Order: sequence, then structure tokens, then C-alpha cells
Amino acid sequence: MPQFRIPGPLRNLSGGEATVEVQASNLRGAIEQLDARFPGFKGRLLDDDGQPRQFVNLFLNDEDVRLGKGLDSPLSEQDEIAIVPAVAGGSWPPHP
Amino acid sequence: MSHVLGLRCRECGTEYELQATHVCEMCFGPLDVAYDYDAIRRVISRARIEAGPPSIWRYRDLLPVPPEARVVTLGEGFTPLVKADRLGAELGLTNLYLKNDSMNPTNSFKDRVVSVAISWARAQGFETIGCASTGNLANAVAAYAARAGLECFVFMPNDLEEGKVVATAVFEPNLIAVRGNYDEVNRLCSQLLEELPWAFCNLNIRPFYAEGSKTLTFETAEQLGWKLPDEIVVPIGSGCQFVRHRRAAQELIELGLVDDGGDLPRLTAAQALGCAPAYNAWEAGTDRVAPVRPDTIARSIAIGNPSDGTYVVRIARETGGVVEAVSEDEILEAIRLLARTEGIFTEPAGGVTVGVLAKLARAGRWRGDEVIVAYITGHGLKTADVASDGIQGRRVEIDPTVSSFRELVQI
Repeated sequence: MPQFRIPGPLRNLSGGEATVEVQASNLRGAIEQLDARFPGFKGRLLDDDGQPRQFVNLFLNDEDVRLGKGLDSPLSEQDEIAIVPAVAGGSWPPHP
Repeated sequence: MSHVLGLRCRECGTEYELQATHVCEMCFGPLDVAYDYDAIRRVISRARIEAGPPSIWRYRDLLPVPPEARVVTLGEGFTPLVKADRLGAELGLTNLYLKNDSMNPTNSFKDRVVSVAISWARAQGFETIGCASTGNLANAVAAYAARAGLECFVFMPNDLEEGKVVATAVFEPNLIAVRGNYDEVNRLCSQLLEELPWAFCNLNIRPFYAEGSKTLTFETAEQLGWKLPDEIVVPIGSGCQFVRHRRAAQELIELGLVDDGGDLPRLTAAQALGCAPAYNAWEAGTDRVAPVRPDTIARSIAIGNPSDGTYVVRIARETGGVVEAVSEDEILEAIRLLARTEGIFTEPAGGVTVGVLAKLARAGRWRGDEVIVAYITGHGLKTADVASDGIQGRRVEIDPTVSSFRELVQI
């Protein structure tokens, strides 16, 4: 099953769990399910328009979802969704 | 610590005790250091600052390090503010200044932020310093950790240019070459810090680290005779430094340290078109900064998903500045223009700054007599390869005879 990787600051919502498995076909559904199991996640991750909050980065495997299909990104069995606070201080190589 | 109250979320205002954390648990917004300005106002003065050391530490009352702590310093800051008359003449600007921050101990502005970060971390009892970086930050962290006698872990992508690796490795940190790109390195570090009691300069101790950038504006004002410039031009990577310019200018005004206080300088942001998320948002008329995949020689500012990008757009608009971007050719031309007219060799980030300055000047943005300060934040020798095209045609080979010289050199 696809799984979320929960960062330290949000583990108080997940009962201390660092990873949470979900059963969903896309990222939007996965967040709904995460929120159903651990209420509060949706409000922390998405803004009032239902878009990822400004300071929340969602990575599907190694890809920032905003560079791809966003919340419509399809999920498959082994996918990992990482929730990462916006941080920076250096560079990406030009051609990763 | 008497003059520091704690940490406060820039977005939602939630307050936290002083600790090694940089992310608001409520909204993921960035945390900033909150000061007791009443306490600071009672002690600070121009005379007190001027009697301080010729480094960033003369502004210690406005930096988040405990008064009793011994700071980790290599003499960073108080770099030259150069009146750029020859460059100004080319651009029609009579009051142009360059803050040459390539004159720092490891030749970039990162020495300011790292000196503050490691001083704070050592005072808190941290024994290990870390960072994720591809260049300037790695150089600075490795050097200051050596100076402090602290254990150091520098995480870098494994495909970096040898020059950058050598300039870090010489300080003998634990140098971790990660098989991945910068983004993956940074994410790895953010996961590691949940398991390790380390101070990562650009992650969990970022609120303290970021404050070091304020000294760029403090020094500029002091070097101008306690006046703020009319406009400043700053290169944008994460946008962290840009935000601190405004904070520092506000502090100077509110504490009554500058003449004719009241108006913030116009803050203008410079990006490379090959990595211009803030510029794209500015052009689209939105605060919402969408990430991009960087492709530019200005690698030290090639951050596709800048944490302070939204603030860059907002601050530029609020202060009457602009966000502008230049092409790779314009960056290279600007590096040569700066070297030719002012004798300063900058890395591509400085080329971005000067390129944007030139572009705006030629487009008629200024009358010509405004006081404008452009920030040159890193040294050209760090990235000498990008300027190597410029030496073609500058070199003549002769025999060691006067006749050979006369034959080949027209004087």
C-alpha cells in the first residue's frame, strides 16, 4: 500500500507514527484517508481552496508533486508520499 | 538571554520557546527570532556599535546569541562598501555602491550567518554541526566548525565540482557525498535531524542562522554615515537574505539609529532566468511561487523551490522595488563588466545582481542620483571555470626578447 512519511512536527497528529499506510488511487484521496484516520491532517496540509499549503511540500517518491500532477497524481502500491516543510539553502543540480 | 524572547511563526504568530526548530507545528510557516526591543532600546546606540569590533559582532545587541556566550568568529563582516564610480558611469548612476561580501573569511556572505548559527549552537551545548549544501554554505560551515572545535558533517551531492569539494574538505569535516541531487540531500538531512542531536545550519537552527544576514544592512547604513540607501539590489536563492534586509532596515528605523528614519529602502530582487520562481510569480502578479527545475550557471542561488519566495515578491511590491531576472549571457557579461570597471571578481550570483542592476538602469528605472547599493555575495575564484571564456583574446605569448614584445604587442 502507498504510505505517508510523517515529519516530526506532525507526529503528534499521527499518534507518534513515522509512517502511515493508506489505500487510495490518487494523492487527494490519500490525504482524505489520512485525515479520516488521524483527524487534523487535511487542515494542516491543504488550504481553504483545497490546495497544498504554501509551506508544505509533498513529494511523491522523489518528485515534488507541484512539478507534476499535484493532488491528482495517481498512486500505486509501493509509492511513498513524503510531507516535507519548505526548507532551502543551496542548489539543485541543473539536470537531476 | 535578556534581549531575545523566543521564536514566533511569521505566518500565524504562534510562539515557541528558544530551541533548535525552524518550522511552525501549526502551519509549517517559518519561525523567526522574537526580540525584546524595549530592552535593546535601553542599551543600543551608534556610539556603542562604533566602539565594537570590526565584524558582525559590533551589532551583537541585535543578534540572537546570549550576551555571555563566547562567539565563534573569523572576523566576518564589515566588508568594504565601495563607491562604484566607473560602473556607475556606464550605467548613468552617480551614487552607486557595491557591498563586496566576497571579502569574508571564506569569501561569501555565508560567513555571517554561519558565525551566528554556530555561536548559538555551541552556547546551547551542541557538539555536532551539519548542513546540506553545494558550495558557499559548506565552505563556511566546515571552516567555522573547525574554528569552534566542533564535530562537523557536511552533506553534498556526489557530483560536485572538485574546487568546491576541496575548499570544504581542507577543513577536515566529515564530508558526506550523497548519491542524489541537492533536494534529496536536503530531505535526507531533515530526516536525519529527527534522529540525531545535531544542529543543521540551514534546517533546525535556521532562525538563528538567518539573523546573521541582517548585518549586511546594518553595515551598509553605518558605512553610509547612518543612512539607509534609496534602493538595494539583492540576489535571490531561498530569499532568506532578502527578508532580513527588510527586517534590519526596520530595526534601524524603529531604534532611531538612522537619520531621516521612516522610509524603508526599495528592495529589488535579482534572479537568473534559468531559475526564477520569484520572478515568475512577480510577472504573473501573484504571491504564490511555483517551483521550477533550475538550469543556470548561478548554482549558489539555483533554488527551484525557495522557502522565502513568497516574501520576496511581497516585500519587493510593498517597498516599491521590483523582481527582475537575467539570462546566462547577461550574467557572464555582468561578471566581466564588474571586473573591468571596478576590479571585483564575482561568482555568477554576483553576475545576476550586476546584470539586473544594469538591465534596470538601461531601461530607465532611475533618475541617476539615487543611492543604490548592490550586494556582491560571493567570490569569482570559487567558480573560476564559468569565466574562463573571458580570457580568450586577453593572452599573448612572446619570446623573452624586446623584439618579440614589439612585434606582437601594439603600444
